Amino acid sequence: MSDPAFELIVGLEVHVQLQTQSKLFCGCSTKFGSEPNTQTCPLCTGMPGTLPVLNREALMLSIKTGIALNCEIARFSKWDRKNYFYPDLPKGYQISQFDLPICGPGYLEISDPKGEFKTKKIRLIRAHLEEDAGKSVHDEVSGSADTKIDLNRTGTPLLEIVSEPDIRSPQEAKAYLTELKLLLGYLNVSDCNMQEGSLRVDANVNLHIESNGEKIATPIVEVKNLNSFRAVERALQYESERQFSNWKSDGFTIDDRPKQTVGWNDSEQKTIPQREKEESADYRYFPDPDLVPVVIDGTTIDTIKDTMAELPSAIRNRLESEYQILPYDSDVMVNQGREFVEYFEAVAKESSEGKVASNWMQQNVLQIMKDREMGIEAFPIASHRLANLIKKLTAGELDNSRAKDVFQVLLEKDLDPAVVMKELGIEAVDDSALESICEELLAMNPQVVEDFQAGKKQAIGSLIGQAKKKNPNANPGKVRELLIAIIEKKL
Amino acid sequence: MDKKSIEHVAMLARLRLSDGEIESLESELNRILGYAEQLSELETDLVEPLAHPSDLTNALRDDLTRPSVPREEIQSNSPKSDGEFYLVPAVLGNANELKK
Repeated sequence: MSDPAFELIVGLEVHVQLQTQSKLFCGCSTKFGSEPNTQTCPLCTGMPGTLPVLNREALMLSIKTGIALNCEIARFSKWDRKNYFYPDLPKGYQISQFDLPICGPGYLEISDPKGEFKTKKIRLIRAHLEEDAGKSVHDEVSGSADTKIDLNRTGTPLLEIVSEPDIRSPQEAKAYLTELKLLLGYLNVSDCNMQEGSLRVDANVNLHIESNGEKIATPIVEVKNLNSFRAVERALQYESERQFSNWKSDGFTIDDRPKQTVGWNDSEQKTIPQREKEESADYRYFPDPDLVPVVIDGTTIDTIKDTMAELPSAIRNRLESEYQILPYDSDVMVNQGREFVEYFEAVAKESSEGKVASNWMQQNVLQIMKDREMGIEAFPIASHRLANLIKKLTAGELDNSRAKDVFQVLLEKDLDPAVVMKELGIEAVDDSALESICEELLAMNPQVVEDFQAGKKQAIGSLIGQAKKKNPNANPGKVRELLIAIIEKKL
Repeated sequence: MDKKSIEHVAMLARLRLSDGEIESLESELNRILGYAEQLSELETDLVEPLAHPSDLTNALRDDLTRPSVPREEIQSNSPKSDGEFYLVPAVLGNANELKK
């Protein structure tokens, strides 16, 4: 009997570190990579008698993110204590938001430019603001040695974005995270550096199995320690297979087992059950009396909306309609960031050749950026120079291969393409001159003509090379056209 | 509150209690809870939930950094450090050990 069909059900919790100078409730710096325990004060080390005061910028960045994620922004929001004991949490509780988070339900639309899944909305449950804990360094070699604690990160603002279990495949999970990261980058809300822990992902995973006309849900597993998007994809794939085979052997469903926490082990490529921090995560939330509630009025929301620049999904749509380029092309360019898009638009507008500009951006410009490991802001050719080159190319003043020669020179010298063309001796060859070159070549190579007529179309290639030798400005495409036209006329 | 729930709460608070303590806490806590229980007699359906006893809202500060406390000074509050990190008993050990 064949295995029953099953569906992967995934919800993601993403912790994003907000780009503020100071911590969420005190004035200590949030700078990454400083000497351990040099960015702490009585407040963020949990000394008695201290009072937290909310960082305005962290609140504004949260609202901004909420707006971009189509969330309902709470008019009234408050702070709660989440209680648990762990050495990296000096107060014994984390200040978080329980029932009244800043951002309520929203959604993020994901699509796949390769068309592997349909465009869909991933609904969001909420996004709340909270403080980060410190970092524990475990000595895993000796096992018995002390654990080292660095509290620099303690109190850094985090926005936790919680999705509904709307994700159905590892590919969708990756698309969701990629789009979220891109959006947060466009918003200047976070640098989303996963190596530095600015973006952390936990996944809640189970399966819906179709068995004998019944829908069975397997026990939910929360996967932690997902340090890259690739790890997320692999962990989901792994869990999908593991849960299915477990169900086949033990038959346990969501009703038989509580949620279990596992960690992804990247080197072994598998998930490993983690010891629970508390028995059944009993956090005993209660309102934090040290912090007064936050009231967000319509004017604040409108002001933030007004200052928000265009977001990735809107830019993609606009590029496609304004410059007649394909979704794939707009996606590649938007993924390069706002500055790249701005550069493209400058070139496209100035040259009035959106499609050609898009091709040049994705091929030649991106290639140079990659080779030289530079961002578009350091790209040496000014946008109007590239636009001029593209204009000359589309006007037929030079062909693609010669345009690339000019491009190479422009990378080194800040000159007008017309000047470079002159320097390289590039000039348009008039049609009659080209025609006579072609006539001459055909007369000298009767064998080629014969081969071509016999159906060996590629025979003509050798003549194109010869034409270029006679005149380096000969446009290969045009030479080919002319050669064929002449042969066919003779028939 | 029975013995089991007192043991659970004690574990969450990382308190190690003797059997005698648990026994006396059982009656003590139940007396306290009973006292607080009187509140449930009040009709609160029409009362708006109170998020904070003060009327204040939006106590905010600008995103400006201030000097942190020097490491030696702040670490003098801790029982054990190596001059860089705080040192605590290995947390990878079994959390259940704290129970007994």
